[in-house]
Amino acid sequence: MDERMMADELAAAAKRGQFLDVVRSYADFDCDAFLQGVQPADVERVLAKPVLNREDYLTLLSPCAAQYLEPMAQRAHRESVRNFGYVMQLFTPMYIANYCENGCVYCGFHQGEKIVRRQLDMEEIRAWGRHIKETTGLESVLVLTGESPKFSSPEYIREAVAVLRDIFASVSLEVYSLTEADYRQMVEAGADGMTMFQECYDEEAYAPLHPFGPKSNYAFRLDAPERAARAGMRTIGLGALLGLTNWRREAFFTGIHADYLQHKYKDIEVAISTPRLRPCVAGFQARSPIDDTGLVQYILAFRLFMPRAGITVSTRESREMRNHLVYLGVTKMSGSSSTAVGGLEAEKDEESQFDINDTRTAAEMAQMLYDEGYQPVYQDWQPLTRAMP
Amino acid sequence: MDKQVKDTLRLGGQEFISRLFLGTGKFRTYALMQKAVQASGAQVVTTALRRADPDFPQENILSYMPRDITFMPNTSGARTAREAVRIAHLAKAMGCGNWIKVEVISDNRYLMPDNFETVKATEQLVKEGFTVLPYINPDLGTATRLVEAGAAAVMPLAAPIGSNRGLRTRELLRILIEEIDVPIVVDAGIGKPSEACEAMEMGADAVLVNTAVAVAGDPVQMAAAFKLAVAAGRQAYLARPGRVLSGEASASSPLTGFLHMPHEEVAVHG
Repeated sequence: MDERMMADELAAAAKRGQFLDVVRSYADFDCDAFLQGVQPADVERVLAKPVLNREDYLTLLSPCAAQYLEPMAQRAHRESVRNFGYVMQLFTPMYIANYCENGCVYCGFHQGEKIVRRQLDMEEIRAWGRHIKETTGLESVLVLTGESPKFSSPEYIREAVAVLRDIFASVSLEVYSLTEADYRQMVEAGADGMTMFQECYDEEAYAPLHPFGPKSNYAFRLDAPERAARAGMRTIGLGALLGLTNWRREAFFTGIHADYLQHKYKDIEVAISTPRLRPCVAGFQARSPIDDTGLVQYILAFRLFMPRAGITVSTRESREMRNHLVYLGVTKMSGSSSTAVGGLEAEKDEESQFDINDTRTAAEMAQMLYDEGYQPVYQDWQPLTRAMP
Repeated sequence: MDKQVKDTLRLGGQEFISRLFLGTGKFRTYALMQKAVQASGAQVVTTALRRADPDFPQENILSYMPRDITFMPNTSGARTAREAVRIAHLAKAMGCGNWIKVEVISDNRYLMPDNFETVKATEQLVKEGFTVLPYINPDLGTATRLVEAGAAAVMPLAAPIGSNRGLRTRELLRILIEEIDVPIVVDAGIGKPSEACEAMEMGADAVLVNTAVAVAGDPVQMAAAFKLAVAAGRQAYLARPGRVLSGEASASSPLTGFLHMPHEEVAVHG
């Protein structure tokens, strides 16, 4: 994507209003002081409220609120069951390419890493898609490409969407940030969702973590979910990579990003993911590690703040952790995951973006859910562009 | 009792004994949902078509539908009239019959129905020959337009969907019950059998329940409780409730007392 196109998109975003305005409105706000200043009485006041505002959400992310995890969990469970029932949506990621032009210092796929680069052609994508569908029954797929507009052009992604749309009921994208016009093309080809991890909402910390490549433009990436919503994507996923900087602050900005989008684009289904930095070939060490208690606190606080929003947990988390999280507000889990291009078969001789922690198959995930008293949902959308009379 | 006229609900060219409609989402398993449907005695059952997966029979919710019910797929997930119409077409193509519950929701925070788009979808689907039951915010203008468009029933919400808050829209429901000449099916928000009973006492023709049954500790027992509550409410409505104490205290200084008093003793209100 050339600089001029990015500049045009950003000028349009500045005119209509964007989440960057919200982030910058907090420039003088001392988030750490607020978090440290929260007292038990503040947490109790928030927990007594039926509807939470942004300040309440931040209160529940404070170190002090960690003492209230059990009452938070009870309420999060009630809210989740009321809104979503005893069901869990399952999906599978599909890495169709891993070329990348970014220099993210924490990632196993970034440009400088000496790993095998691959890109599947349309026949390979079709064959692998059919294989997944036949062996797992999953109807929801998340397509990932790595971030290379040069190798994985919008046209390539659009073609892949069209191929997979004939196989799966729902096709979502996790690719580099596109223009609004490109997102519209993806929607027309049959994509119904997109996920964009900002990775780091802290604008100052962002730059050294993303020294070059398409991702190095903080504002353009931050606005991508909004462009996708405007283009007609039904589901929008957000996330910060927890561990890069102060996770409580990052959790806060992820949450208010979701709130901002849901308020402005009322018909979208917004969801967050809570990825924690895992070991990868880049060998990056987390600066602000988030432990299990922190992860649970984040998920519970967000569930109470936005009772109807989605929460996705990936196979980065352990089997035990994922089993427990079923009760705490998570709505979507990946099953049968592989982060290698071409899937599990290819994985033996290839490096992956990050190490998978929970290696269960979709069938094993479904059985676990049944054992926990939850109905696995393989399909939650009908492709309206397919087989129309 | 033998003199009692058979009380049935006539809807979409069919006759039903049960006035409890059941939704099928949120259950722990499809098998449990099936048992709850049976215990509820419901003859009309609704399912989100977006969950139907004919390619995968063992995980396809449609495989668990009892055969002796009227199946009413719904357009859950539709954000516009156009999407609702497309989902209705898909339902027909999957062999789901002629009934469709039109549900157009363009607000994903509270899941409030979009009345405007709902009217548009209803108009088109009725023209195409569907039996249309639209789900709406209880608004008389909208309901009137839906009747003009040919809706088989009108389904106003009692409270936001899934909220289990009860008859929050009571006064608006009462207006629809009085003014609308097609069946009124109170849909969404009913959390307890007593609330379903109250809706029926008010004169609703039927109620639709889902979350309150699906997330109950024992969904099958709760389904049976709703069956009894709906029947009780209907019977009470038919029995025409007698004088109900209003709860307002009688005034200490009557306003018409002067009519019964000797002329000179009439108190002057000041």
